[in-house]
Amino acid sequence: MSDVVEKTLTALPSLLSLDSQPGSAKLSSTSKLGALIRGITELTSKHEEEKLIQRELASLKDQVSSPNTSMRQMKEAMVRAIYCEMLGYEASFSYIHAIKLAQQGSILDKRVGYLAVTLFLNENHEFVLTCYDYKHIIPIIIYCVYDTCNTPLVEEKLNHPKEIIRRKAVLALYKFYLIAPNQVQHIHNRFRKALCDKDPGVMFASLHIYLQMIKGYKDLTASFVTILKQVVSGKLPMDFNYHSVPAPWLQIQLLRILSILGKNDQSTSEIMYDVLDESLKRAEINHNITYAILYECVKCIYTIYPKTDLLEKAAKCIGNFVLSSKINLKYLGLKALTYVVQQDPKLALQHQMTIIECLDHPDVIIKRETLELLFRITNAQNITVIVEKMLEFLHQSKDDHTTIDLVGKVAEIAEKYPLQTMNTVFSLGGDMIQPDIPNSFLKLLSEGFESEEENKKLRLFAVDSYILLLEGETRNLPQRFLQVISWVLGEYSHLRNDLDPARVMTLLTKLLEMRQTSSETKTWVLMAMTKLCSGEASVSIARSVCEDLSSSMDTVQRQRAHELLLLSQDRALRSQLLPLCSDPEPLEVDSSLSFLDAFVSEALAAGAAPYKPPHQRQEELAQQKALSLEPYELSLPINMSSSCVTGRQSPTLMSVSSGLSGDSAELSHKGGSTTLKLEGVKRVWGREGYLSKKEPVEEVAQAEIPSPLSSPNQHTGASGTSSNTHPPIPTPEPEQEKQQLASSLFVGLGSQSSLCLVRADIYALHVAVFQYSLSVIRPVVHFEVMGMLSYQSSHKSHEVEFTYKLPLTNFIRPFTVSTEQYGAMWLAFSNDTKQNLNLVTDGQDSLTDTLNVLKGKLNLHIVEIIGMEGIVACRLAQDQPCLLHCHIHAGTLAVWLRSPVPDLPDSLLYHCQRALEGT
Amino acid sequence: MSLPIRFILIQNRAGKTRLKLIEEVHAVVTVRDAKHTNFVEFRNFKIIYRRYAGLYFCICVDVTDNNLAYLEGIHNFVEVLNEYFHNVCELDLVFNFYKVYTVVDEMFLAGEIRETSQTKVLKQLLMLQSLE
Repeated sequence: MSDVVEKTLTALPSLLSLDSQPGSAKLSSTSKLGALIRGITELTSKHEEEKLIQRELASLKDQVSSPNTSMRQMKEAMVRAIYCEMLGYEASFSYIHAIKLAQQGSILDKRVGYLAVTLFLNENHEFVLTCYDYKHIIPIIIYCVYDTCNTPLVEEKLNHPKEIIRRKAVLALYKFYLIAPNQVQHIHNRFRKALCDKDPGVMFASLHIYLQMIKGYKDLTASFVTILKQVVSGKLPMDFNYHSVPAPWLQIQLLRILSILGKNDQSTSEIMYDVLDESLKRAEINHNITYAILYECVKCIYTIYPKTDLLEKAAKCIGNFVLSSKINLKYLGLKALTYVVQQDPKLALQHQMTIIECLDHPDVIIKRETLELLFRITNAQNITVIVEKMLEFLHQSKDDHTTIDLVGKVAEIAEKYPLQTMNTVFSLGGDMIQPDIPNSFLKLLSEGFESEEENKKLRLFAVDSYILLLEGETRNLPQRFLQVISWVLGEYSHLRNDLDPARVMTLLTKLLEMRQTSSETKTWVLMAMTKLCSGEASVSIARSVCEDLSSSMDTVQRQRAHELLLLSQDRALRSQLLPLCSDPEPLEVDSSLSFLDAFVSEALAAGAAPYKPPHQRQEELAQQKALSLEPYELSLPINMSSSCVTGRQSPTLMSVSSGLSGDSAELSHKGGSTTLKLEGVKRVWGREGYLSKKEPVEEVAQAEIPSPLSSPNQHTGASGTSSNTHPPIPTPEPEQEKQQLASSLFVGLGSQSSLCLVRADIYALHVAVFQYSLSVIRPVVHFEVMGMLSYQSSHKSHEVEFTYKLPLTNFIRPFTVSTEQYGAMWLAFSNDTKQNLNLVTDGQDSLTDTLNVLKGKLNLHIVEIIGMEGIVACRLAQDQPCLLHCHIHAGTLAVWLRSPVPDLPDSLLYHCQRALEGT
Repeated sequence: MSLPIRFILIQNRAGKTRLKLIEEVHAVVTVRDAKHTNFVEFRNFKIIYRRYAGLYFCICVDVTDNNLAYLEGIHNFVEVLNEYFHNVCELDLVFNFYKVYTVVDEMFLAGEIRETSQTKVLKQLLMLQSLE
């Protein structure tokens, strides 16, 4: 391959002038390739495609193996074979021909062969293995199948006079290095030579290798610093500039190398402080590529041995990223924060509001990164909230990799903070968690860790935190958690010397009195009390509890209460039965209950019926049909639901002006009628449905529902029926709660006002009409209106979410200004964006035609058209303007948008692009 | 072995895709909102993508790589295509797919960005073109 390039390069000067429009040469419609592509694009089914390609492959096979095929035909066949492979069909018969083509014929033939080989083969392909002997094809496959190649051949090319070849050779060696690092060890001095190559491109290529093995090259630090200094100060040829930033990718590569070199090494780090400072200073231009450099720079500064003033500058830079309105920058800011937060937790504190906002961000990747960040700053105080957020995300996550990663992180936190994590898991997982989870947690507590000291600390901490919990609101704690709490308090309260058992008893009594407490939990509580009741106060509490429960319908509870009463009075027996701090010696359990044998045989002899296991009893009962075990059928007053519906119907259809904001939640209770709650796009629904009290932190569009109104049976199409009959118990699982009800929505916008109308058809029985106003706070391409519809049918309440997309164009109005006013405003506006757009070319005057399309589709005002230039103006509904400057440039419409509102130019540009796309 | 760039994909919005991987990428990228970031997690990697009219340019890299550097890498590539095809459109890419491969080959190699200078790439492409 390299000699191909060599030959072509020597021929370059004479060839350059030949073709002025290289890429645009279109395929002739009669060519086989053109026909194939056109054929494929016209097909509608996978099956047809398969048939067509199989036919094509068969004819290709004939063609390539025929001795009469000319070079030109072979080339053409190769390209078609590439196309088939691209669609996922194997054209393995052509591989050997591709290799052959790459060796013979003209430069162009070789080129096509090379391209085919690079696309057909990779290092894992079995064909490559069979090629080991083909020494002569090595130069061809070198670029795709590096490991089949001898290094000397490539080494030779490192000294080639042409830079492009030296460069490819360096990259080839880089690939060798990745495959087999030991085999290129002897030529490390060659890499150094490449690094010092007079051509920056070759030097750039060598950096890939150095990034991989840089640790052994501390002595090169000064060289890298010098190179970066030269690049940053613009010493490279202009060719390397990208949007007037000098060789940005090269800078990034160098910064990465420097950060590896300077890590944990003060003296090496000191060499690079100056150039890092310079890099930060130079990266001023407002462009993505400078941000990319800055990001790398910040990472480097935080990786190497720290220097205070650089750290300050880097922190400021991260702050700018995090607060940026550009979403990509915000993301990078979060990423940088995650990277530095362990060294500098204060930085996360500074941005806590932004971080909280990002937790609810609609873009999953931002949410994920925020969780990652939170994971890094987990401590004993915030663990509950963080684990909660992670579990919340896990609930929604559908991606396996994310789930695995997050579960791993929760587990990691659980290891560091077992108690706190488990508390969170208990209170969140509620009664849904598997019963063995609390059991194994209790086992962990009782068996403990290696050190006795640690155990005591953990247990004391558990006692303290549970006392605290019980002193607060206990009504929402899941039963399993209450059981764990009771056990822990019963077992370990005595560890805390200053804790009066009577106080714990009183707290536990509260649990017994709660209506929600299940009878199973009550027995746990009673057991705990039995362990605790020492001292006069405790005994008297125990006595009153027992009195209450002595008449309980639950025999187990009665039994436990009885035990409690007896044991509280007989201290000696109690301490024998329930010794304090029992050693974790394994208890011998006689599971066959052999100690009862004597009792049983005595009873049998006295005529008692033999014992039957429950399932046997059940079976016998069913056979005898002695008892109906089926639950009673529900008997509901059937006329109830219909009367409810008629009762709610209101005979008038009204619309209420948007200024009135009624309390929708209240209304929904009073009237039992439909309530529509709409909030801004940034809103994420909480587990309780909509969160009416909390205001969203950032809202794009805001809507208030004045009052729900209904009109009688206007709509008869049964479009929205739901078969869901779940009772409205407030379970913590939002999934269960949600039901999908198809709501037909209709949105209309008045031409002058910003009023919007949403109509929701509920159960096809009546129609509710709401009007509300939307105002744009921050422009985006599409506004998402999200809403929650809650309604009642008979005794059940339902909630339905809906979303609707409003394009920005709904808010755009023409803006009539004079050219002078336009000129004055143009200079004053700071947010701008530029882009080349398609021109409408079928008419006489393409500029006017194009602008008219924009005017028609987007509601813009054309201020003036002068020659090849046109100025256009529009505004958002609340009169924030956006100005467009358009001129024809090289067959496209070059548009420059400016506005005082950030994001407006970008969002509007998107719609301009769309408007002109079809033309 | 760690190569930063795993694959580069160009897909249109309709995405009549035939291969499983391409289908997956299409599914994760096209559902994203215009106001979202240009990045998305994909298996153990991440995809940096950018939309130009109806076309999505996707590049799959290591999670530790610099997002914006690749985002601009895509843009640099598109600017070259635009220059090479003189106002590139989707059909240019469909019918001249092998030329697109040539451009990729000039700009990316061994999983790395090989050439970033538009002038140099275009010079080389022009030279190859003149051979036809």
